[in-house]
Amino acid sequence: MTVNTEMHVRVAKITQVAERVKRFRFERLDGKPLPVFSGGAHVVVAMRDGDLLRRNPYSLMSSPQDQSAYEISVLRVEQSRGGSAFLHEKLTQGDTVIISQPINLFPHDVRGRKHIFMAGGIGITPFMAMMDQMAREGGNFELHYALRDRQHGAYWQDLTERYGAHRVKIYVDAEKLFIPVEALLSNQPLGTHLYVCGPAGMIDGVMNKATHLGWPKQNLHSERFLAPPPGKSFTAKLKRSNKTITVGTHQSILEAVEAAGIDAPYLCRGGACGQCETTVLACDGTLEHNDIYLEPDDKTSGTKIMICVSRLKGDEITLDL
Amino acid sequence: MNIKFKQETFRGDFTYRNSPENIMRFPFPFHEDKYMYAVNMEPHVPAGPKGYAFEHMIDVDEHYVSEMQDRALVLKEDPLRCQALPHMMAGQWDTLELLMEQQAANYPEHFSLTKNADQWHWVNRPLGIDQKFTYGDASTLPYEPMEYITRQAQGDFCIVDQRDGNLWMDAGMVTTQADWSLDFDIGMNFLEWHGPVPLAHQMGVFDRALKFLLNLQQGKPVRRLNWTMTINPRLDTSPENYHKWGTDRLTVTPENVGDKVHLRCELQSLWRLPRSNAILFVIRCYLLKMDELVTVPKWARRFHRVLRDLPNELADYKGLTRFRPTTVEWLSKHDDGLPTSPGIFPE
Repeated sequence: MTVNTEMHVRVAKITQVAERVKRFRFERLDGKPLPVFSGGAHVVVAMRDGDLLRRNPYSLMSSPQDQSAYEISVLRVEQSRGGSAFLHEKLTQGDTVIISQPINLFPHDVRGRKHIFMAGGIGITPFMAMMDQMAREGGNFELHYALRDRQHGAYWQDLTERYGAHRVKIYVDAEKLFIPVEALLSNQPLGTHLYVCGPAGMIDGVMNKATHLGWPKQNLHSERFLAPPPGKSFTAKLKRSNKTITVGTHQSILEAVEAAGIDAPYLCRGGACGQCETTVLACDGTLEHNDIYLEPDDKTSGTKIMICVSRLKGDEITLDL
Repeated sequence: MNIKFKQETFRGDFTYRNSPENIMRFPFPFHEDKYMYAVNMEPHVPAGPKGYAFEHMIDVDEHYVSEMQDRALVLKEDPLRCQALPHMMAGQWDTLELLMEQQAANYPEHFSLTKNADQWHWVNRPLGIDQKFTYGDASTLPYEPMEYITRQAQGDFCIVDQRDGNLWMDAGMVTTQADWSLDFDIGMNFLEWHGPVPLAHQMGVFDRALKFLLNLQQGKPVRRLNWTMTINPRLDTSPENYHKWGTDRLTVTPENVGDKVHLRCELQSLWRLPRSNAILFVIRCYLLKMDELVTVPKWARRFHRVLRDLPNELADYKGLTRFRPTTVEWLSKHDDGLPTSPGIFPE
């Protein structure tokens, strides 16, 4: 038995925050309070775009204890698969979308003595909710926020005002100001935790540096939402459902499965949580693993695939779905 | 619905009994005529006949007042039954909110909760409690929030922190346990505290259960039933008090099986907590003596078959070895060999 806990919400307000960044405010249609959440959580937003049902994850950036509305901020991506373009260009105030319950795959370690947040660009959003919660609960944190330029950067002024320049450091590429990662990571007290959210290159760079400097793995946290990369179209045979479907160039297997009316489990839709792990019964090509969940052994075994982001380089795959 | 709360004991003269209505709401843990471990988790949603233990997600029954009195006695003798590591305060407040909201919403005759921003007013009529406090400020309550509310809620409670891809037993109120100790397990992770369970590790049960629980979602609690057997209706069968109850298992005779031997069922529910992202693990214990169990013919037939065919390792681990033959023999007289219907509910 599946329990449907999705919530129908109205777009109460759309705000242009910076160049190419819009903020969306969602309020429940039934007027009930939204659930409290923990900083770092995201929701999956389901949007009806013509015949397509788009489902994308977005970090919640509003105060976790504000039950009147949720807010997300969305960057208009140039190579949009359609989600950010839809939100920026088609969605208007008063429209209805469906959101999931909050899901937190990027929580802070509650034992941490100190928390360092590093954000690149739109990666700031989960930290906004985390800082709100931590400020209230008396946590010790600092934010290092890298922007391309001040026009593209969202919220840097608000955050500096709210938490003070001693806790919020802004670095602007255009002004040749960069996060001094090595200096920062070399000199932290025991019990410090590091959290990074931003472009993949930034996350990898900071994590490698931290590992190299001897930081324990347990103290390093990052969140990346991987959009399913495009690829050549292929056929997927779904054994249990007894269906054969086509996975399009700009479609994930999960999306193609859902479009065929089959319910498959998912949580993050970004290759991180493990919920959509699916058994591969047969395939005639190479699996392209784009997730960060499966262990290297699992990836080479050819028997498991995360259908939210990974695909087949070949003609036909048979899945236990 | 107005519950008539009983006055009874779980020690000494053991006056605990189930009313006929309460027998019918017992969460019988066997859905077929045999038992083996499984990751038998299902959504924690209302199920079963009206009034069943699954009607409300935090169940209150006729034993509420007496169970709370027994808990107070246990805590007086051994305060370490309730512990919370310092980083669990957000989870404590989450727990308080969940239990107050559930009890007030489903049993408005007995409990009420009024919120005015962070100024809360809680009324517990069965226990005669009227408390105004500030949500988030532990100094406005007589105990820390988890202890405060779990002195007013049936069942044991563990708040499990989630980090490093594992779950950690970092807070709990445990006074009605089937022979495990919070004081021993506190700070352990999921695989560590399940260490003593036989067979299940090899079956991969715990790896799968952990994977499942790490992705437990807010708003979608799950439940499972677990069971053992207890001699005399004793809630506190703890390792700390083993000297008080261990020898009870030698007192079972063919004459007293019906009165002394109890099926002990745990209704375990797991809830993702909103502020702390921790998991609340509720272990609610129900006791049913054999005389009461056999008033439901389906349960009499099935429990006889389950107990008779239980693998020895499991019987040993659950501590049934001493009295199993006597009990099976007694139950056999209540099993006419007819087939049983699928599912746990009485026919």
